[in-house]
Amino acid sequence: MELGRPNLDEFAATLLELARHNRDLLVVTSDSRGSGRLQPFAEELPDQLVEVGIAEQNLVGICAGLAAAGKIVFGVSPACFLTARALEQIKNDVGYSDQKVKLVGISAGVSYGALGSTHHSLHDLAALRAVNNIDIVVPADNFETRQAVLAAVTHPRPLYLRFGKKPMPHLHGPNTPFAIGKAIPLSWGSDVTFIATGETVAPAVEASELLRAEGVSCGVISMHTVKPLDVETLLEAAQRSRALITVEEHSVYGGLGEACAAVLLQHGVSRPFRIVGIPDEYTVTGSQAEIFAHYGISGPGLAERARQLLEVKVMP
Amino acid sequence: MTEQELRLKSVAYRKTILTIIHHAKAGHTGGSLSCIDILNVLYNHVMNVSPETFTDPNRDRYIQSKGHAVEALYTVLADRGFFPSEALYTLSRYRSHFVGHPTRKVPGIEQNTGALGHGLSVAVGLALAAKKDNRPYRVFTLLGDGELTEGSNWEASMSAAHYRLDNLTVIVDRNELQISGPTEHVMALESLVDKFTAFGYAVRTCNGNDIGDLLRVFAAIPFVPGKPNLILARTTKGKGVSFMENALNWHHRVPTDDELARALAELDQAEQQLKATV
Repeated sequence: MELGRPNLDEFAATLLELARHNRDLLVVTSDSRGSGRLQPFAEELPDQLVEVGIAEQNLVGICAGLAAAGKIVFGVSPACFLTARALEQIKNDVGYSDQKVKLVGISAGVSYGALGSTHHSLHDLAALRAVNNIDIVVPADNFETRQAVLAAVTHPRPLYLRFGKKPMPHLHGPNTPFAIGKAIPLSWGSDVTFIATGETVAPAVEASELLRAEGVSCGVISMHTVKPLDVETLLEAAQRSRALITVEEHSVYGGLGEACAAVLLQHGVSRPFRIVGIPDEYTVTGSQAEIFAHYGISGPGLAERARQLLEVKVMP
Repeated sequence: MTEQELRLKSVAYRKTILTIIHHAKAGHTGGSLSCIDILNVLYNHVMNVSPETFTDPNRDRYIQSKGHAVEALYTVLADRGFFPSEALYTLSRYRSHFVGHPTRKVPGIEQNTGALGHGLSVAVGLALAAKKDNRPYRVFTLLGDGELTEGSNWEASMSAAHYRLDNLTVIVDRNELQISGPTEHVMALESLVDKFTAFGYAVRTCNGNDIGDLLRVFAAIPFVPGKPNLILARTTKGKGVSFMENALNWHHRVPTDDELARALAELDQAEQQLKATV
């Protein structure tokens, strides 16, 4: 897989490109223009960047007010702070009030690795899934990132976008169809399918290649939209495949895995099923790559999970 | 509208507030009575907004941060023709949009509020958008004094001053009571003039239950070019009904039939006195 740039960089570049042609597009930052790769934006379009200082609650409230006045607003702040400290503002000022703000959680998941759990966001998908009237998109590569930002501008509901800062391999061709709410199957397989989101799609692809070399028929779905979930594609994967593994850079509680499990169970679909993510424990210290490897979010780790799972028998 | 007409409106509004709270068997009585004169002056004299202009991008905006005093807001919006007055009698009913805090489902309301410490940031966003686009509209937001302990208000205040939002007016309904007791006992707020001044506002105080005083203070906006305006409106919780004034238990108590009758009789008397002074 050819390596692209960090999704965060792709996001910032796409946003700048859009903002040059649209004076109503504003970005709001909480002393986060550097970590959001928005320094070029700030220099080129200073009137379209609103700085609020380290004040996430105020950031979200101001975003809601700007959106109410007709602006296209991207509120950019580290995912860990944005979705915890300002959760009530997200719930009331954005979701409940139906202000079409685009909230952007940067350096999400364990992107900040060794900075420790204060800076990790392993709760954001769970928290925002339970907030009414906000959609959640976690792009896997530069293509999905660009498409998600383009789609965000006219998205009819409040939106949460979540980006990491590690360079991502290119997963899709330039003409791949993209729509918020529609998963992208990278491959189909009859033995096991990985349903992954965000920066965990790449290791799922790596695992699928390892497994295929062993003769396992393996599929990978990029479930970039965590809410609303693409039920149709999920059920198709379950129909085609004898086992399913979800993968996410998030707590195993309340994220993609449990969302998929709920859909499958309520459709009467039973398959050998595993949720791979960060367990409910004091998160191991290290870089993002080390944390991923520790919890089996890697090509070899996911391949091993698949081998184990394919041994599992499910009650008929 | 003349000052006298506004005074009479305030009396009528107080009657409506009490009547609909009694009818719904729910509501925030004390806080609605303390801020109703402010809403009266805003909607009938100060703000450029009406049902016809509510979609106009240049309309003045009002955000009620102290969302619990929604009965005052519903009463004024009904009187201004945003919806038929009969709708007020659906307050708190199953499937009614007239719930206990403001929502955009009700015509005339700009933002859903009710969780305290939210309105000011939203008002800052609206005022900032006006500055960016050189639009003439102004933004008004009403805060309760009790909610000033929410730290988000001070985040928002910093940004209002930083962005020199003289098109923003913050009105604090300073009735000195919150649900648990006097504000100064629950968590001391004073000196508010010093605090707001230090945060960069141009601060004016007024009697928030005196129509004439309110008219004078609003007429002076912007107080200082380049500074956000803050009106510290000294009010009485439960204002207008003797046995509700400064009485803690009327924060969200619903009047009984007898209490409603006594309250309406007092307000009738106030109305007669006002008419006699012409």
